[in-house]
Amino acid sequence: MDFELMLKVYPFFLEAAWLTILLSVLTAILGLTCGALGAAARLSRFRTLRFIGAAYVSVIRGTPALIQLFILYFGGPQIGIQLDAFEAGVIGLGVNAGAYMTETIRGAIITIDKGQGEAARTLGLSQWQAMYKVILPQSARLMIRPLGVNINALIKATALVAAISVVELTYTAQRYIGSTYKPFEMFLLAGILYMIIIYVAGRGIAWLDRKAQIT
Amino acid sequence: MGLDFSIVPKYMDVILLGCAWTIGITVAAALLSFFGGIVFAVIALYGPWLLRQPFRLFAWLFMGTPLLLQLFLIYFGLVQIGIDLPAFVAGIIGLGLHFAVYNSELIQTAILAVDKGQMEAARTLGLSRGEALRKVVIPQAVRAVLPPIGNNMIALLKDSALVSVIGVSELTLSAQRVIGKTYRPFEFYLLAAACYYVINLGMEWVQRRIERRISISR
Amino acid sequence: MTDTSDFVRIEHAQKSFGKLEVLKDISLTVERGQIVAIIGPSGSGKSTLLRAINDLDALTGGEIWLDGVQVNKTLPHRQYEKHINEMRQQIGMVFQHFNLFPHLTVRENVTMAPMLLKDLSKAEANKLAEEQLDHVGMLERIEYYPSQLSGGQKQRVAIARALAMKPKLMLFDEATSALDPELVDEVNQVMKKLAEDHMTMIIVTHEMDFAAAVCDRVLFMDQGVVVEEGPPEVVFKNPVKDRTREFLRKHIEGAK
Ligand SMILES: Nc1ncnc2c1ncn2[C@@H]1O[C@H](COP(=O)(O)OP(=O)(O)OP(=O)(O)O)[C@@H](O)[C@H]1O
Ligand SMILES: [Mg+2]
Repeated sequence: MDFELMLKVYPFFLEAAWLTILLSVLTAILGLTCGALGAAARLSRFRTLRFIGAAYVSVIRGTPALIQLFILYFGGPQIGIQLDAFEAGVIGLGVNAGAYMTETIRGAIITIDKGQGEAARTLGLSQWQAMYKVILPQSARLMIRPLGVNINALIKATALVAAISVVELTYTAQRYIGSTYKPFEMFLLAGILYMIIIYVAGRGIAWLDRKAQIT
Repeated sequence: MGLDFSIVPKYMDVILLGCAWTIGITVAAALLSFFGGIVFAVIALYGPWLLRQPFRLFAWLFMGTPLLLQLFLIYFGLVQIGIDLPAFVAGIIGLGLHFAVYNSELIQTAILAVDKGQMEAARTLGLSRGEALRKVVIPQAVRAVLPPIGNNMIALLKDSALVSVIGVSELTLSAQRVIGKTYRPFEFYLLAAACYYVINLGMEWVQRRIERRISISR
Repeated sequence: MTDTSDFVRIEHAQKSFGKLEVLKDISLTVERGQIVAIIGPSGSGKSTLLRAINDLDALTGGEIWLDGVQVNKTLPHRQYEKHINEMRQQIGMVFQHFNLFPHLTVRENVTMAPMLLKDLSKAEANKLAEEQLDHVGMLERIEYYPSQLSGGQKQRVAIARALAMKPKLMLFDEATSALDPELVDEVNQVMKKLAEDHMTMIIVTHEMDFAAAVCDRVLFMDQGVVVEEGPPEVVFKNPVKDRTREFLRKHIEGAK
């Protein structure tokens, strides 16, 4: 194990880690937004919207994220979408994560007992009031943990943007493996940083979950 | 530049060959991950301390890091220790090990759930511990987690696109090569996506059939 | 409309779930202040009828009227939503499984709807909640969460929650069926109190004694039709129809 080399290159990895974090945060925000919209569409009373929601989930979950990223980044210009690699990464990964989150959010909403919505409607609350006053507060507690699983997967999925040359952790590791021929050391450096990011995110989610369960 | 799908038929054979490779790699890696998962689960639960601890570290590393990074490690790492395997073999090993770790987590939980009563019942019949595990506990545990393992294997299909990055000529890399000639990324990546989608539907169909059959013998 | 003889009017109510015809041409009127019990075997359509009155389950045919206003009007979606929400504010409903909101305290369960729908200030809503909870004997548990209450207490809070909307009509769907026997009475007491206050009520129940004691009229339903209706003395003691007699006999045997 070449510790000297590891010490020498780790600042570059650290810098790359910040980009991975930024990517993760932006992707999570976009993913949650798409997930909320997707779930709303899937639960809508309009058939067309339900269909669009279902198609979104099925197509995105049925094809590789890498291909989605390539279509957006390399194919985008052909249909007038010009994005730099970072933008394409955030949008591609965010839309991808959103499909998984759609199912998480929808699942948490439909497991709430039907009687809750009925009781609210019986009092005269509108559909929307029943949703945000009665159903959502209850399902929010249920979805934090599974959304945490989605976010864990999403952090690891940010590695894909290495394939479109965004200088994040995996790309950096790959480059240094190529130049130093020390695959294990480079893997370890990047791996530890990934695990720190995932650990911190996991703690944050556990904290949120605990807070939500108390009340 | 606009879209033009008229050149697609000309390269269809390349794409279809890529599909065949993707299916082959997926099946091989899925088998590896399935049996690897069982072995890992047994090591994690019953292995000697000297085997168990390093395995835990390995599982922890593999679950906490991206698959792409692991593929780089395996591909270049094997070369470095003097094992020069074809890229597709490295790809199968990488995918197989990655998903074996995830499958092993599922199987461990299931073994622990089955173990209590069934192990005792088998031992009273005179089976040794190893026999009881092999003949009674593991088959039941694996059956119980077959649906989530199936989901892992469908995830494996999609993640198999990543091995294109280490130069395996499967579907994604085939599309990339065609694009290199035609400069038509949108058309051919879309075509590749469609192929993955169809294979994915096929796998879901198989999964449903297997589940239906298994549910009878439980 | 000042005539009280048809405060609640159900006309030719018909309901099918797919091919299954659950309500077959049911007509019924309830006077203001009257208390009507609906009895009948499981699956006879009692809940469906009750849930049709506030349009929780929409009828496939027929009309529901409350105090001169048709509840199940045909309107464009948006207008209908507005209309039905106004109607439902006037129709309180109590469920077998309480359906209290578990993420809210007893107080919040009661104040939520009045604050949202009647523009009460927090202070006004609190005062209202305290009154209603006092009425059902639950005032001292006002800061509890539903999970900290017994079944009987939950049901009393559910009644207070419905009453806080000052409904013109109360619907009870087997309000005591999910309760342990020793908790049934505390809920029955509350319902009796409402009867004394002349609340108009339609009560689906399996408790014949309670029905006999508080109701003005009893309806016996079977297979989606009203087989027999009349004052409790008649329906319980001297039913005209064989099916009613059969049902009551089985029921009394079952209770023993
Ligand atoms: N949402 C629904 N979809 C299909 N069938 C339904 C639905 N709701 C009720 N039914 C059917 O309608 C019939 C009447 O049901 P209902 O709940 O009104 O009976 P009930 O008289 O209240 O019985 P119980 O005493 O068991 O509560 C039953 O056969 C039931 O299976
Ligand atoms: Mg019922």
